[in-house]
Amino acid sequence: MSRSHRSVIPGFGLSLGLTITYLSLIVLLPLSAAFIKTSGLTWEEFKTAVFSPRVLASYRISFLASFAAASLNCVFGLIVAWVLVRYPFPGRRVVDALVDLPFALPTAVAGIALTALYAPNGWLGHWLDPIWSSFVHKLADVFPFVDWVGLLGAKLAFDRPGIFIALTFIGLPFVVRTLQPIIEELEPEFEEASASLGANRWQTITRVIFPQLLPALITGFAMAFARALGEYGSVVFISGNMPMRTEITPLLIITKLEQYDYAGATAIAVVMLVASFTLLLIINLLQKWSRRHHAV
Amino acid sequence: MKSSRILTRLAASVLALALTGSAFAKSVELLNVSYDPTRELYVEYNAAFAKYWKAKTGDDVVVKQSHGGAAKQARSVIDGLQADVVTLALSYDIDEISEKAKLFPADWQKRLPYNSAPYTSTIVFVVRKGNPKGIKDWSDIVKPGVSVITPNPKTSGGARWNYLAAWAYALEKNGGSEEAAKKFVADLYKNVPVLDSGARGSTTTFVQRGIGDVFLSWENEAFLALKEFGADKFEIITPSLSILAEPPVTVVDKNAKKKGSTEVAKAYLEYLYSPEGQEIAGRNFYRPNVPEAKAKFAGQFVNVKLITIDEVFGGWQKAQKTHFADGGFFDQIYLKK
Repeated sequence: MSRSHRSVIPGFGLSLGLTITYLSLIVLLPLSAAFIKTSGLTWEEFKTAVFSPRVLASYRISFLASFAAASLNCVFGLIVAWVLVRYPFPGRRVVDALVDLPFALPTAVAGIALTALYAPNGWLGHWLDPIWSSFVHKLADVFPFVDWVGLLGAKLAFDRPGIFIALTFIGLPFVVRTLQPIIEELEPEFEEASASLGANRWQTITRVIFPQLLPALITGFAMAFARALGEYGSVVFISGNMPMRTEITPLLIITKLEQYDYAGATAIAVVMLVASFTLLLIINLLQKWSRRHHAV
Repeated sequence: MKSSRILTRLAASVLALALTGSAFAKSVELLNVSYDPTRELYVEYNAAFAKYWKAKTGDDVVVKQSHGGAAKQARSVIDGLQADVVTLALSYDIDEISEKAKLFPADWQKRLPYNSAPYTSTIVFVVRKGNPKGIKDWSDIVKPGVSVITPNPKTSGGARWNYLAAWAYALEKNGGSEEAAKKFVADLYKNVPVLDSGARGSTTTFVQRGIGDVFLSWENEAFLALKEFGADKFEIITPSLSILAEPPVTVVDKNAKKKGSTEVAKAYLEYLYSPEGQEIAGRNFYRPNVPEAKAKFAGQFVNVKLITIDEVFGGWQKAQKTHFADGGFFDQIYLKK
């Protein structure tokens, strides 16, 4: 936005100044502290801190599980949001409020509750575990990546699926809440028009509805993904915390801190920050692109 | 000494009286930063101490507690948590506070009797009722198919004791061969399906979630689990050899000085060595260290050969560096896979 082109709304200078000051205080200052703390390390020390096999394994787990959880949330979050906006049914307000619960619940509570449910002796775990393991075995026959991501022989709780379960739980509201306002604005007339112009249902969904939802869906995905990357409280209860296997990066940071290795912990944090920032930037660009190409 | 102390207190209360016009007795607050399984012990002890202190000085003392994995707790104090006293799982973590934050002198462990450990404990096995896997000693828990629950030694003090006890057993069985001990401990951790970050978390995993055949536990935590969840569900197995765990205590000098609580903080720790303090420790399944109390509670504990960290590992600093530091023996176990 250029300043020569005067805005109709006054107070641009003031509000921009306020924005920058506020962002610096709340976001940039703590983040730069991480960078400063890391700068005390030599390059060699930095490399061993952030690229040791155990840390590399944790990046893989954190990013993969977060990506998978955010993707699943996109599918079901879209359905939930659609149902909540479009179909009046008794108790809709209650269900609508329920969606926010993962926002409000302390993550440790979520973690303990999920673990109690999915543990081999839990309500769900004791009958879901066998179903899950036979399902995975069948799946692995068709898709070899099941074995590659280490799901073969993994139980639900205290193993990799547990991380995914926890991250899905905490990520759902992000997708639903970003989609809801967009769906609300989506007039049913569009669909009717599309139908009267001869489109079948599938065409209406893919050519008329979906393109309008896509930018919001991408935002929701990005938020759920980012939240999952940083999630600690709920995951540590259900993941089993095994080095090389179910250790998420935030846990590794805490472990380093508990060994009084402040610089090592912040070094990993910096890598996470840079990686997350890059990913979010790409997602934002993607969103911009999709808005331009699918604009109605 | 004593009369001058009373005088000071008198002067202080006169001053307080003059200032507020109403306060007769001081109300002091202490913060005791402790490790995971001491919750019950200090709930009982704090009440007893408050009573004792009220009777002795007329002051009310409220002791606040903070519990968690020993390393996390030590780090909180280093980062500025205003603890008056720390009562942690092992001396290494207290050493770190002294070294990193310089809140008290490095020779803190000499300030109270018995290496500043009013009570000791050891590591025992908890198995499910009837001992279905027939576990009797350390050699049984490294067998394939036995699932072992122990917390992560990188974050839990208790878990470090577990690890070192296993190591010491393997050393003794194999004529001091370090290679054999390494393999033994690696086999042990191959049997561990979940690594919780603290001892309490592991108890939950074993007891509540029903995971694992054997749970390596603080002796006191094991008794507590039996008391709380029923002796009809679990049994305690004492191995042939274990480690003498000395959870030490100390006043955090600088914090106490700043808060003006030095005197009561000192008395708080000293009272742990009194007959009443020792009695409470024994009742909470810690092994009292003062001979009279030790004798009284002798029947409660199985007599087991206890090695010390100093004789086998050359002290905590050394053990920490070789075994638990990044790239140490514990890390190597998981990298080899």
